[in-house]
Amino acid sequence: MLKLDSVHVRYGSITALRGVSLHVDEGEIVGLIGVNGAGKSTTLMTVAGVLRPAEGSILFNGESIVGPQPEDIVRKGIALVPEERRIFPGLTVAENLKLGAAIRSDRVEVERDLEKMCSRFPVLADRLGQAAGTLSGGEQQQLAIARGLMSRPLLLMLDEPSLGLAPRLVDEIFELVVQLHETGVTILLVEQNVERALEISDRAYLLNTGLVEFEGAARELRERVDFASAYFGGID
Amino acid sequence: MEAWTQILQFLINALSLGGLYALMALGLALVYSILRLVNFAYGELVMVGGYTLLVVGQVANIPWLIVAAIAIFAAVVASVLLERIAFRPVRHASPNTMLITSFAVSALLQNAALLLISPRTKAVRIPSFFIENINLGGLLIAKSNIITMVVSLALLGLLTLFLTRTIMGSALRAAADDFVMTQLLGIRANQVIATAFAISGGLAGVVSLFWIGRSGSVVPHIGLTPVLIAFVALVIGGMGSLTGAVIGGYTLAFVTVTLNTLLPQGLLEFRQAFVFGIVILVLLFRPQGLISGMQSTERL
Repeated sequence: MLKLDSVHVRYGSITALRGVSLHVDEGEIVGLIGVNGAGKSTTLMTVAGVLRPAEGSILFNGESIVGPQPEDIVRKGIALVPEERRIFPGLTVAENLKLGAAIRSDRVEVERDLEKMCSRFPVLADRLGQAAGTLSGGEQQQLAIARGLMSRPLLLMLDEPSLGLAPRLVDEIFELVVQLHETGVTILLVEQNVERALEISDRAYLLNTGLVEFEGAARELRERVDFASAYFGGID
Repeated sequence: MEAWTQILQFLINALSLGGLYALMALGLALVYSILRLVNFAYGELVMVGGYTLLVVGQVANIPWLIVAAIAIFAAVVASVLLERIAFRPVRHASPNTMLITSFAVSALLQNAALLLISPRTKAVRIPSFFIENINLGGLLIAKSNIITMVVSLALLGLLTLFLTRTIMGSALRAAADDFVMTQLLGIRANQVIATAFAISGGLAGVVSLFWIGRSGSVVPHIGLTPVLIAFVALVIGGMGSLTGAVIGGYTLAFVTVTLNTLLPQGLLEFRQAFVFGIVILVLLFRPQGLISGMQSTERL
């Protein structure tokens, strides 16, 4: 479904991605793990079109998505739930959710999805009329994910959904990701929490300073000793 | 009864001027909230409205309401064209570049009016009800004041409905919070910005009607005062906040009318100085403005 080939991304003179290649097949959960600064968020932002690759190609369902504006790339069926959630603080919970479905024209179905989100995220149902900026971190994370789902994406990209959340909430979020996967959504999950990410992913890539260091089935990666040291130690 | 009539007179003056200032400020605030750009060419949108009133108004037998509608339409078109031609190409440039662009456009339009129409003040045909007064229990009230008050409140109400009840309205408010995130939801940046500019132009058009209604004439630099008032109202209301802009407008008007009433005859000509002196005081104590808007430092 998604295929990155030798993608290079530069911020001025700094090269954030130095030739990243990865792919996500339909129905998978793929984990993109690595420490802070490894380039994980950069990868997602580049797929979404907020950043442009200096070199390399990105294909979504066979079509190149390098070049168009983010709003056009997203309309092809990709949703990004960014780092820091980025819900709209000045809008209500309901308005945030409705904007998630902005590209859809089937109003009746959108209303139905809204109700579905309310039953899946009861915390949001209670706060539909509240300004989203007044929600707690965990609630905002749920809102961000629900908003991402409102567009009925083919590919859902989650950037560190557990960041800054209390352990119990982290459990809930990961459970949620698994549930979403079971409904058929393809997921690209960026995480610093290696253990949890590998637990729920089918496959994973370890990103280190802009390059893919390890890739493979999550099960296998978990057992590799050198994987752990590479994660903590960096390239030798 | 004396006190009552004075208070009523004061309220009507303040609310009508406040409505006008609020509309001015809102037009500027809409664009600022999304692009973080103070569009100083906004005054020239008022000018466009004014000169359209002049030119179309000279054609006989067109009812004034139609002339007014055309003037507002002209301001909307001018605003959208402005965005398309002058601002879109520099949308990703530095804030300074965008600011300079707005000054450049402002100068260009003023001089165009000066060269193509006239550098002199031109009288504009205004309908009789703008000059008439009505008698409310012994109190003479200018009809124009009532109309300004009612129209501005109605427009503010309509705009609020638009911003809260429509998807485009929500998108505009969301874009003011986090522009990139709106794009990430698939919302078209160009459409959102064009809509903001269109509404801004419409507001400028309405402002031009009432502004010229007060003076009866138009001149190339007619937009200078409105944009200055709008800017000051925007600042004291809290930049980036639409509600703040409206409150800033009403506040500025109330202060102005109060000073008008209270200042001794000799100091009246310094009224503007007093108004701005108060603005400085407000900002000294509350630099973020009266309403702290959701400040996002991130631009496009």
